[in-house]
Amino acid sequence: MLGNKVVRKSVRLFMHIPTCRETSALLSQTQDRKLTLFERVGLRLHLVVCTGCRQLERQLAFMRSAVKRYLERDDHPPR
Amino acid sequence: MCNGGSNAMADNNSSRADALGVSPGEVEQFRGYLMRYALLQLRDQTSAEDVVQETLLAAVEGGDRFSGKSTVKTWLTGILKHKIIDQVRRQSREQPLLQGEDDERSEADVIDGLFKADGHWQNFPANWGDPGNALENKRFWETFETCARLMPVKTARVFMMREVMELSTEEICKELDITATNCWVMLHRARLSLRECLETKWFGRV
Repeated sequence: MLGNKVVRKSVRLFMHIPTCRETSALLSQTQDRKLTLFERVGLRLHLVVCTGCRQLERQLAFMRSAVKRYLERDDHPPR
Repeated sequence: MCNGGSNAMADNNSSRADALGVSPGEVEQFRGYLMRYALLQLRDQTSAEDVVQETLLAAVEGGDRFSGKSTVKTWLTGILKHKIIDQVRRQSREQPLLQGEDDERSEADVIDGLFKADGHWQNFPANWGDPGNALENKRFWETFETCARLMPVKTARVFMMREVMELSTEEICKELDITATNCWVMLHRARLSLRECLETKWFGRV
């Protein structure tokens, strides 16, 4: 029965679906470090079911590019 | 460029300088870019003007050291980065990033404030539509500047080191003498605050 327990435990570990708060931290950290496999799986599982966090994912990507665009903007006038 | 400079100058924009040396006119056209860069990081007009002035001067004086392997702009940015890092070191000596657990706590508190006790959003992030359209709008950039300025000093310092200067977490930790976890928490807070501000002041209104 020990085997069963281990399996159940590892499934729970593997399937841990992060909360929105945790997901927002993972999405932020995606821009700073490589997430672990567990983190990536949890993140994806959460995003499948959560529209709000999917919006956040897009918004974070937009904000990163916006900073770059802000710096560049006057240097590329329309021709 | 918005100056009425000669065509020759405009053609030089982002060119590789193949001749040895860089002319004052050539570096001058990047002043606007360098100022925006320095201002986002330093948040002080005078210090920003100082580092940009020093950068342009160093570039003209040391123009013969420009190898032509990168663009003039990249080369100037490299010089500016060094000057800004010196300033940031000075700033963080005067205003240390973490005076103790209090600051660390307050960063986490700000994040907590955006979520319910069970970890759900207090207010779900809204649909921003196609945010790319905003990039063409001059007024969006004013909002962007306002939101950047509203970020607390220390949060902004870490965020801009990451996003403007493109330093790695490790480099930021080393410069500011903080842990990686701390750095991630501050970046998380910074991004959520900026997001909230842009949504309230811009995307929630269009």
